Amino acid sequence: MIADDDEKWLAAAIAAVKQNAFYMQRAIDSNNLKDALKFSAQMLSELRTSKLSPHKYYELYMRVFNELGTLEIFFKEETGRGCSIAELYELVQHAGNILPRLYLLCTIGSVYIKSKDVTATDILKDLVEMCRAVQHPLRGLFLRSYLAQVTRDKLPSIGSDLEGDGDAHMNALEFVLQNFTEMNKLWVRMQHQGPSREKEKREKERNELRDLVGKNLHVLSQLEGVDLGIYRDTVLPRILEQVVNCKDELAQCYLMDCIIQVFPDDFHLQTLDVLLGACPQLQPSVDIKTVLSGLMERLSNYAASSVEALPNFLQVEAFSKLNYAIGKVVEAQADLPAAASVTLYLFLLKFTLHVYSDRLDYVDQVLGSCVTQLSATGKLCDDKAAKQIVAFLSAPLEKYNNVVTILKLTNYPLVMEYLDRETNKAMAIILVQSVFKNNTHIATADEVDALFELAKGLMKDFDGTIDDEIDEEDFQEEQNLVARLVNKLYIDDPEEMSKIIFTVRKHIVAGGPKRLPLTIPPLVFSALKLIRRLRGGDENPFGDDASATPKRILQLLSETVEVLSDVSAPDLALRLYLQCAQAANNCELETVAYEFFTKAYLLYEEEISDSKAQVTALRLIIGTLQRMRVFNVENRDTLTHKATGYSARLLRKPDQCRAVYECAHLFWADECENLKDGERVVLCLKRAQRIADAVQQMANASRGTSSTGSVSLYVELLNKYLYFLEKGNQQVTGDTIKSLAELIKSETKKVESGAEPFINSTLRYIEFQRQQEDGGMNEKYEKIKMEWFE
Amino acid sequence: MNYLLGAFKPACNISITFTDGKNRKQVPTKKDNGQIVMNPLFQSQETIAGKINIEPYQGKKVEHNGVKVELLGQIEMYFDRGNFYDFTSLVREIDVPGEIYERKTYPFEFSSVEMPYETYNGVNVRLRYVLKVTVTRGYAGSIVEYQDFVVRNYVPLPPINNSIKMEVGIEDCLHIEFEYNKSKYHLKDVILGKIYFLLVRIKIKNMDLEIRRRESTGAGANTHVETETLAKFELMDGAPVRGESIPVRVFLTPYDLTPTHKNINNKFSVKYYLNLVLVDEEDRRYFKQQEITLYRLKEETS
Repeated sequence: MIADDDEKWLAAAIAAVKQNAFYMQRAIDSNNLKDALKFSAQMLSELRTSKLSPHKYYELYMRVFNELGTLEIFFKEETGRGCSIAELYELVQHAGNILPRLYLLCTIGSVYIKSKDVTATDILKDLVEMCRAVQHPLRGLFLRSYLAQVTRDKLPSIGSDLEGDGDAHMNALEFVLQNFTEMNKLWVRMQHQGPSREKEKREKERNELRDLVGKNLHVLSQLEGVDLGIYRDTVLPRILEQVVNCKDELAQCYLMDCIIQVFPDDFHLQTLDVLLGACPQLQPSVDIKTVLSGLMERLSNYAASSVEALPNFLQVEAFSKLNYAIGKVVEAQADLPAAASVTLYLFLLKFTLHVYSDRLDYVDQVLGSCVTQLSATGKLCDDKAAKQIVAFLSAPLEKYNNVVTILKLTNYPLVMEYLDRETNKAMAIILVQSVFKNNTHIATADEVDALFELAKGLMKDFDGTIDDEIDEEDFQEEQNLVARLVNKLYIDDPEEMSKIIFTVRKHIVAGGPKRLPLTIPPLVFSALKLIRRLRGGDENPFGDDASATPKRILQLLSETVEVLSDVSAPDLALRLYLQCAQAANNCELETVAYEFFTKAYLLYEEEISDSKAQVTALRLIIGTLQRMRVFNVENRDTLTHKATGYSARLLRKPDQCRAVYECAHLFWADECENLKDGERVVLCLKRAQRIADAVQQMANASRGTSSTGSVSLYVELLNKYLYFLEKGNQQVTGDTIKSLAELIKSETKKVESGAEPFINSTLRYIEFQRQQEDGGMNEKYEKIKMEWFE
Repeated sequence: MNYLLGAFKPACNISITFTDGKNRKQVPTKKDNGQIVMNPLFQSQETIAGKINIEPYQGKKVEHNGVKVELLGQIEMYFDRGNFYDFTSLVREIDVPGEIYERKTYPFEFSSVEMPYETYNGVNVRLRYVLKVTVTRGYAGSIVEYQDFVVRNYVPLPPINNSIKMEVGIEDCLHIEFEYNKSKYHLKDVILGKIYFLLVRIKIKNMDLEIRRRESTGAGANTHVETETLAKFELMDGAPVRGESIPVRVFLTPYDLTPTHKNINNKFSVKYYLNLVLVDEEDRRYFKQQEITLYRLKEETS
């Protein structure tokens, strides 16, 4: 309804403007000054309306504005025809209504200035002063906007031909400033017009008009002759005075932004303290962070765009000023939300990184300030703040592309303290990823320590609580990162490397039951890699007291892996023990290796209960033990004995059988003469065969259910015999093999075993070896008299 | 006497011309019937001289008892219409009794005439100067011809011309201080001034400055006062806030003003006032009236 009326009124006003403009044009065409004035005043009277919304009023204003152009030209011609411009200037002021009078005055005023009959200064002063008479905010704003518009190209400035005297440009400046001040006052006052329930709508409308005010600042910036000195001494203080005094949120916010955007970077740099000094004086509701961020962003870009400007930044101590100002602002606005203050610091940080990329202490200082601020608010909980702080912390990372640099920032970890768990973790991920992305080389244990300290969000749970809602896949992915990081740590100096390992261990061990199985293996392998290197180099190059001896590292690993067994990952622990044992073996540390085995056995006995797991574990044990060369006879016997014992105690017979024949390998090592106990090998195999017999019997007992397992067991055994035969075990006789073959043959006849392919290929192999001319294999195979396939 | 003129054709045509009539400045004057005529302009102490032509109509002779010319300054009150009060009356006999047969020209001269009052055309009163030529005839009635002329008197710049400055207001509602640069303005002057708003608690819509003329005629109980608003000039649009100062600049040229007349011959006075009017949103008017003196300053040009 209101909008409809608005339209109606506007239409009526526009019609009236058109009509009067038509008559005015006719009067102009016939050079009738009096009528031209009369109709132009009538036309302008339409602008006296109070009924239109700012938007519609603007439309109307534009119509009138276009018509006034014609009038201005007419005035110009009129003066050419000998009419004194001073008279004209007086004549228009006879208009009874103020608004048309002033519009006409501005129009003729601009012509007057052009004519150079008087100094521009006088006219400008007069105009801007007279315009005070319109106190109605909307009408006043547009009137002054018109004034600014028509005088814009006529402002005297240095070098312009309108310059009357030396002070002319100062006066022009004064003019614009004054017009700006008045416009702003009017603009601010607009909010109080009308009922308070429409305030919101009014503020919206008001916001639409802001460019009218801002344009003045633009004019100021374009004004020739405004150099740094004038800007610093006159322009800026005056503008700021107005901005601060108007005590209006909308205006302050907009104008501060205007100032920042409109004037040259260099000016800002040189007047930073003035500009910043105004910030804490603004209304508390002003979104100061946007303002300051804008400023810092501009300065950053400035610094980025021109290298020559950098010394200036140093000279004016831009950093400390900004830092101080932000501190002030934060202090002044007690209820500033954390997100806002963090954003402020974020922009300061970005600025610092741009301008003072070599000044880590500055960066650190920003972080420090942020910490101080956060300490007041406590942990950050809301998403927005979290997002900002992630950006904040990522900024230096993006700039330096080097985590090591970040580690030098002492306040960095302090900031991280204030993150909630999620954010902290996210940040840790970013940090770690950066290492991979930039292929950062981390050179010292201290750095590693710091990095892990930073990334502890990934490494351990906070407050001992475990978040059940964590997505398993994500969790794996995260820990994967940690593992990758551990693997990535590598430096040439073994001494330092061992320190690194110690450090990493310290951090990882605290990771809790969920993480340990994922993070310990990389650590162990990294350590083992180091041990291999140590062994490869000189024997103990650092003397006895050096930390980086294999023994010490193994000792550490032993402790580390032990942690794993506590967190119900015995399988893994066992594997790692065995790996360590192997390393100890390679370093010829018998007792250490023995200890590892003992632990592995212990684990096997106490923790591994699942039969399948047992089978796997036992295989690992046997495989590893087979390769151990460091043990003396006694130790080896003990271990072998135990392993054999475990084999016999497996739950399922086939497993037993297989484990036992695997054990045979424990008595036979190819490259080691004193480890070829053929007798015991055969003993083992025999025992295995007995177990296979038992399996066979059970299978026969439950005939009907197709059990083929035993046959393949026999075939496997046969293969084992063949293996040892080839290796030259004298205890493996042709008879044994033959009888086994017979057995297989008879068994296959009894039942469809399904093991035929295996049997056939074994037979083919035997045949093949028999026919080998060289290598002496055929001799060994001579023992076997086979009449399998006649 | 007038109706006789209508009944009979006058025997002769009388015309009055001034010596420097071609060059003398003419000013428009509104006649009773609304017509505007141009009349020559004089000022006090000027010599009013010229010629009077008496031209009998063809074939007629004018027999007379003498011809005289009078210079009259008259005040006419409209409520007392037809009664002229002559405050100045000078007579010159220009011809002795006799007969006029053909066109005859008589020079006349009133030298350095004292004309203290200006010509004035008000609502209730008129002050005029006129030359009256009378051809006195015994039986047929005298033949009379009038020629109006305008007198304007110029005064020098007043030695003392203080500004008008005043603070007025309604308690806790509106306090303003206004200042007009002078208390005495000449007719082509500009009123300059400022209005300071010290306190504004009402919603002002606009502010006008009015120029009012107060014409009082008669004396004592018969005094008639007539007030006219001659100009209404908008000074301000919208509501000012505390501390605003609004400029005043009013050109007096476009308005039909006269100098202030004080007690002219005990018959009438004309005074001028500046009336500052503030109108609020409910169209209530707040005003303050200040007398100003208007005077006629000798123009440098012409």
